[in-house]
Amino acid sequence: MTETLSPPPAAATSTPMLEARGITKSFGSVQALDDVDFEVSPGEVMALVGDNGAGKSTLIKCIAGIYPIDSGQVLFEGNPVSIQSPKDAARLGIEVVYQDLALCDNLDVVQNMYLGREVHDAIFRLKEPAMEARTVETLKGLSVTTIRSVRQSVASLSGGQRQSVAIGRAVMWNSRLVILDEPTAALGVAQTRQVLELVRRLAAQGLAVVLISHNLHDIFEAADRITVLRLGRNAAVFDRRATTQQEVVHAITAGVPTKVPGISGTGEVAE
Amino acid sequence: MSAADDTVEVPGNSVADLARQRFEAIKAGDVGTLPVLVGLALIVAFFYSKNSNFLTAGNFTNLITQMAAVTTIAIGVVFVLLLGEIDLSIGYVSGIAGVIVAQLQIPDGSWEVKGVLAIVIAIILTSVIGLLQGSFVAIIGVPSFVVTLAGLLFWQGVILQAIGDVGVITIEDSTINNTANYFFSDTAGLLIAAGAVALFALSTLSGVVSRRRHGISSDNLAIVAAKLVGFTVVAFGAVIWANRERGFPFAGVLVIVLLVFWTWVAERTTFGRHVYAVGGNAEAARRAGINVRNIRLKVFMISSGMAGLGGVIFAARLNSVDLGAGGGTVLLDAIAAAVIGGTSLFGGRGRVISALMGALIISTVANGIDLVGYSSSIKFMVTGAILLAAVTLDAVSRQRLVRAGR
Repeated sequence: MTETLSPPPAAATSTPMLEARGITKSFGSVQALDDVDFEVSPGEVMALVGDNGAGKSTLIKCIAGIYPIDSGQVLFEGNPVSIQSPKDAARLGIEVVYQDLALCDNLDVVQNMYLGREVHDAIFRLKEPAMEARTVETLKGLSVTTIRSVRQSVASLSGGQRQSVAIGRAVMWNSRLVILDEPTAALGVAQTRQVLELVRRLAAQGLAVVLISHNLHDIFEAADRITVLRLGRNAAVFDRRATTQQEVVHAITAGVPTKVPGISGTGEVAE
Repeated sequence: MSAADDTVEVPGNSVADLARQRFEAIKAGDVGTLPVLVGLALIVAFFYSKNSNFLTAGNFTNLITQMAAVTTIAIGVVFVLLLGEIDLSIGYVSGIAGVIVAQLQIPDGSWEVKGVLAIVIAIILTSVIGLLQGSFVAIIGVPSFVVTLAGLLFWQGVILQAIGDVGVITIEDSTINNTANYFFSDTAGLLIAAGAVALFALSTLSGVVSRRRHGISSDNLAIVAAKLVGFTVVAFGAVIWANRERGFPFAGVLVIVLLVFWTWVAERTTFGRHVYAVGGNAEAARRAGINVRNIRLKVFMISSGMAGLGGVIFAARLNSVDLGAGGGTVLLDAIAAAVIGGTSLFGGRGRVISALMGALIISTVANGIDLVGYSSSIKFMVTGAILLAAVTLDAVSRQRLVRAGR
């Protein structure tokens, strides 16, 4: 194991929540991911960046069980796991908040939070009061205070509030790893701030968070580490505190796709 | 974001607050049952001014039996519309159910099956039709409009094939005929009203208590009390009125039981929630782990099965089936009823009760026009105009809802 040769990084004292090693995935003749390593630790916000076609979405979909991987290994809390379907991912505690949110506009906040996982009794009667109380509690726990009533329809919410509901739904199920796909893409300045603060709170609660974004400003505000993909390969892993936007942009656009030996969170650019 | 957004604002629950919230909702395009109730009041006032027999007890019980079948079929339509789909086959599928019970009950026929069993068989077989048509929609992905249009033609052909050489089958089985023609005795009617009031009170109060216990009470007790009183007055009023003539019809009780049951399914069960979710955003429902295909199949079975039950009531009312079974205005009346009652054609919005609301409007107009003695040409034109008004209202309120971000 080459990983044991590198010294344990100071930041990651515990086992990573999720560690992907040598992930390879191709669609026909197109090599979408080539020997990609990726990791994220509990309590950490790991940004995943790269130009269009760098393989961000493919990597996420592999982790979420939407695409099966061709080769490579996924470790969850140090144990090798096989994620064959979104259900497998959910069972491990991996939740993905997709860019287009996947909320039902005609349903209210509670109904959306519990969509597909409604609490019911033996004859499928919904336990509305219990669900409503838990929704209020969850949103309060995330300090989402801008939603006036959890019984208003999601269509009446602002973009930031909708994103909060989508994130709240992801964390309500004892999830361990939350993957956010472009959570601030369509939001204004104030709402972006709200969502980024929410992202930080998730990490503060001990969850592992993966943040996919094109917006480096957001990433430098919210992320602890930054993984850069380029053309389906690892380009670099940066520690946010020890790097600059220029460095990251350079890695995104001109970084030499290189295997980073035993991703270490200490921020050296791959030589 | 202004500072006001940072505080949790608890919506008030005084009568004035609730009235204001309702008014705001109407302004924003969420009109609910208001247009139907206003329309109904206008229609009743108009026909009463033309013919004072319109409001007699006899005509009241008539109206209930007339609208029972259409309401039953329209309940199934509501579910299909909630998905954002359509079922054009319900007319002739209801006819198929009529033919099935009629064939089964023929005395000394090759397979004499009577009464409730015959009705159950008809409902099961029509549900299988729904499963078949639903498979094309849910599994293969053929648009429901085309699948059920094909069904409309096909099942019409089957009816002609089945009874073409006799032309008409008389239904002599009294159990089947009673679904449309039985009237409860005065005492039985009052007992049923009392039972209904007791059940309504129980469910309303248990809801209040449960919300209290979870600390999310937003019930205004004055309004809860007003609802209870209102329900009691309507229930007993209807029965007492009907008792002045033949008594309260069984068909009316059947329709109310169906409405309560399907409302419960739509609004209180996991399945119902998933129907709304699929109608609102099928992709979101799929990602949330809902089996969208399964939901679609079940909804098309509900639609056909309810059409089957409605067809039995139609046949029972005529004591026979003929070559026109399920034809004429059955299909369009049922769909129009659901839409006039306020169920959106665009999916995801609507309630089971809209089947009753719309059927009330259509049947009241039809009944009134017959009573006043206008020709049926007027009936078609008026019903058409009402349908157009209802769909226009739906489209406008939808735009307003989008604009108001509700």
